[in-house]
Amino acid sequence: MMEFIVIPILALLFATAITVAVIRNLWAAVMFTGIYSFLGASWMLILDAPDVAFTEAAVGAGVSTILMLATLSLVPRSSRKRGSISNSDFETKDPPRRRVISSLLVVIGTGAMLIYGTLDMPLFGSADAAIQTYPAPSFIEKSQTEMGEHGLPNVVTAVLASYRGYDTLGETAVIFTAGIAVLLILRKNKASDEIGAGQSEVTS
Amino acid sequence: MGIYYALIVTAVAILVTMSLAMIRAMAGPTVFDRVLALNMFGTKTVLLICVVCFTIQRTDFLDLALLYSLMNFIGMVALLRFSQFGGFADFEDASQSKSTSTSGGR
Repeated sequence: MMEFIVIPILALLFATAITVAVIRNLWAAVMFTGIYSFLGASWMLILDAPDVAFTEAAVGAGVSTILMLATLSLVPRSSRKRGSISNSDFETKDPPRRRVISSLLVVIGTGAMLIYGTLDMPLFGSADAAIQTYPAPSFIEKSQTEMGEHGLPNVVTAVLASYRGYDTLGETAVIFTAGIAVLLILRKNKASDEIGAGQSEVTS
Repeated sequence: MGIYYALIVTAVAILVTMSLAMIRAMAGPTVFDRVLALNMFGTKTVLLICVVCFTIQRTDFLDLALLYSLMNFIGMVALLRFSQFGGFADFEDASQSKSTSTSGGR
């Protein structure tokens, strides 16, 4: 019975994606990307992944919509006027027809190759899949000794503490580096602004 | 079992409403048609999440509906602020910096 919910959601996702690609109004396209994130998050919820749905809703629908709107307000556009905004402010032109067709061919070819690549994969949840035959038994075997040595209560905790901890360490390093980079960029802009302000007005 | 079918029918009705809102958002001649349609779409998404939670008997997912309504609200405020002022920067500063330099800073 869930098909009655899943299939319309997927159809709406499809329609939204087509609309984002086709629509010539950038402001409306930003709104449709937010809608796309909401729909995608709903679908992930139905697939029993609420954590991914949380992230998608917060980042995809919340933050990135606002970021794209902020970008849209900074990029130059043909008629830049304050106050009320009419639809024609964000219209973009259609690309040349030949470019559209060649891009469409490239995208269809890439998609066909990707789908061809999935044909070799084992069925979803099948017992013969590589993940079921090789890593899972070795995880269960090796975590027995770790559970005994370190007094961990179960297999999941043993895997999390012994293996996934390194993943998290790497992720933390990456996020830390990105944060430092962002701070450096922002600080540089602020310093140059202060220099400019000091030249124009002496008193601070 | 009857309540299960009732929930499925409710979900389908909500999805029909979402499709209608989507058509209006695609066609919408003015900005405000689109804003209204997309706001309604977000509200219907929250309702759909609630109905799906009760259908699959996982009512602990209802928190997600709360997050959705918060995000919908923030997104709508951002969109309306953007469409009224044309940006998020302070406009006295923006107009001054635009007159002095066009380098796109705030």
